[in-house]
Amino acid sequence: MMNYFLTDEQQMIRDVAREIAEKVIAPVSAEHEETEEFAWEVMEACAQADLFRVSIPEAYGGMVPPGQVGIFNQCLVVEELSRVDAAIAVSYAASALGFFPIVLFGSEEQKRKYLPALADGKVLAAFALTEANAGSDAGGIRTRAVRDGNHYVLNGTKQWITNGGEAEVYTVIALTDPARGSRGASAFIVEKGTPGFSFGKKEKKMGIRASATRELIFDNCRVPVGNLLGREGLGFVVAMKTLDRTRPGIGAQAVGIAQGALDDAVNYARKRVQFGKPIITQQAVQHILADMAIQTEAARAFVYAVARSIDAGVEDFSKESAMVKTFASDVAMRVTTDAVQIFGGYGYMREYPVEKRMRDAKITQIYEGTNQIQRNIIGLALAKEYAAKK
Amino acid sequence: MNVIVCVKQVPDTTEVKINPETNTLMREGVQSIVNPFDLYAIEEGVRLKEKHGGTVKALSMGPPQAKEALVEAVSLGVDDAFLLSDRAFAGADTLATSYTLAQGIRRLAPFDLILCGRQAIDGDTGQVGPGIAEQLGLAHVSLVRKIREVHPDRLVVERMTDDGFEVLECRLPAVLTVVKEINEPRVPSIRGKLRAKSYQVTVWTAADLVAESERLGLKGSPTQVVRIFTPKRRGRGELLEGKPEEQAAALFDRLREAGVV
Repeated sequence: MMNYFLTDEQQMIRDVAREIAEKVIAPVSAEHEETEEFAWEVMEACAQADLFRVSIPEAYGGMVPPGQVGIFNQCLVVEELSRVDAAIAVSYAASALGFFPIVLFGSEEQKRKYLPALADGKVLAAFALTEANAGSDAGGIRTRAVRDGNHYVLNGTKQWITNGGEAEVYTVIALTDPARGSRGASAFIVEKGTPGFSFGKKEKKMGIRASATRELIFDNCRVPVGNLLGREGLGFVVAMKTLDRTRPGIGAQAVGIAQGALDDAVNYARKRVQFGKPIITQQAVQHILADMAIQTEAARAFVYAVARSIDAGVEDFSKESAMVKTFASDVAMRVTTDAVQIFGGYGYMREYPVEKRMRDAKITQIYEGTNQIQRNIIGLALAKEYAAKK
Repeated sequence: MNVIVCVKQVPDTTEVKINPETNTLMREGVQSIVNPFDLYAIEEGVRLKEKHGGTVKALSMGPPQAKEALVEAVSLGVDDAFLLSDRAFAGADTLATSYTLAQGIRRLAPFDLILCGRQAIDGDTGQVGPGIAEQLGLAHVSLVRKIREVHPDRLVVERMTDDGFEVLECRLPAVLTVVKEINEPRVPSIRGKLRAKSYQVTVWTAADLVAESERLGLKGSPTQVVRIFTPKRRGRGELLEGKPEEQAAALFDRLREAGVV
């Protein structure tokens, strides 16, 4: 890995995350993959090691100084955890996806109420936008929130919600004014245990199996008015501003997966002897490994650059955030596919962790906006940028 | 519950080699680490504090570089760390070491509990923990694998034995030496590391302790190391092969041949 001139604090964050990954996650990774059970013991270790604090403001129990965001910190942790197990890393990262809306749009009271426990890692958060008929077309959500006195009454079903059932705090996007389309959506904080809020089936997935992916079912669920984030009609703004800040984290997850695959592939190629010598001495193999290394490092450099620029306070970064998510996830898919190829038949066997990385990589091209949707965002931004120049 | 954890900095024995001519440890270039058993003592101390309140202090005796081990203890959640370091302490055997640490502990009073690892991986004697208890006139339980109950004036603990464990009650203050079964040491936290980074270990010399000089270091050490050697392996184990029934039959034959049955 290149020297990225991390500050002492960033280096410490990386070291602690790596230690958690190697000492706590690695020994239980295969078991969680097999049982698909949520890795609470790892979440507890992450909490104890302060990893949930790295992207929460100091004032609420976190480590981020006033005026900063902590995206780079978050990326460092997600990358290190994903290098060992992307499925378990997702459970960590999805909590940040759930609490960023509170960090960004929460009132002082909401922040005081929810962020300290999330920073302590005593509870996890989750983010709920997707529905059965509203994926890439997020404007198609049907979940309703109707004001009734001091409450909003929620009805509808959210689908494929990461940390569903495990998290205590949910940011839920629902329509308060269907007539206004995407401007009629609002964001709510909903606590687990609220009457009328239950969980549907837990999905069985191709990859990231140890992560929890469930339906959230709202059946006349009464949420106090005080749990509205921002104001009515701001729902999609909350969602988009949050995703702009978390997409580099998907990039970091992809970089971690790719790095893990590269590590596996190089180590295997050094040991695997065919035709009387280790296969790493074959130029055909070396070139594959070289391309894997080039792409992984380029993706990392890009993730770090975007995360740092967000932390430094640039105004508009939707395009860059979309670019880095797309680039890094495509890299992860290619690099993990090549890693399986280096392993040959062994790579196809589930006994070796390298096929898991390939299955885990696939989701990074899909969630938090498919790479096709990211390219739409980028294309639109280019059109606007160049139009403004004239 | 105010806890003092005794910590030793040791060479990483997975790296250590023995000089075949002098039969001494070749320590040059070998990394120093916190004695692995002491990590369990630190963890237990920090857990007691988290559960019952109070403080955890770490104490060590050694050369100035042993501060590193204490700083690591701070990163793991220890509140304060103290190093007893003086040329007068050098060459101490387990008797002089126990005495010196006991005098340091007296300066750290009041305390409820002293925790030590079961033994250090370099000397492997397991004597210093119980030795401290003797010097201070306190109860001690060695090889503790679980603290079952914590009361203001007493503890109920499980002591590991070859074929199980004993449940013992002891009054406080007491000294416990702990085995690795007692807990799973945590990874240092980011806040802990940040604190450790700027933490200044308090260093005490012989002059800072109320201690009789003839009981310190080499002078206070009746033990002399005559020779260090790798013991010859006596007897050989034999692996019986085959199905379980065949193995059982073979074992029975062997026992009968030996006249045991």
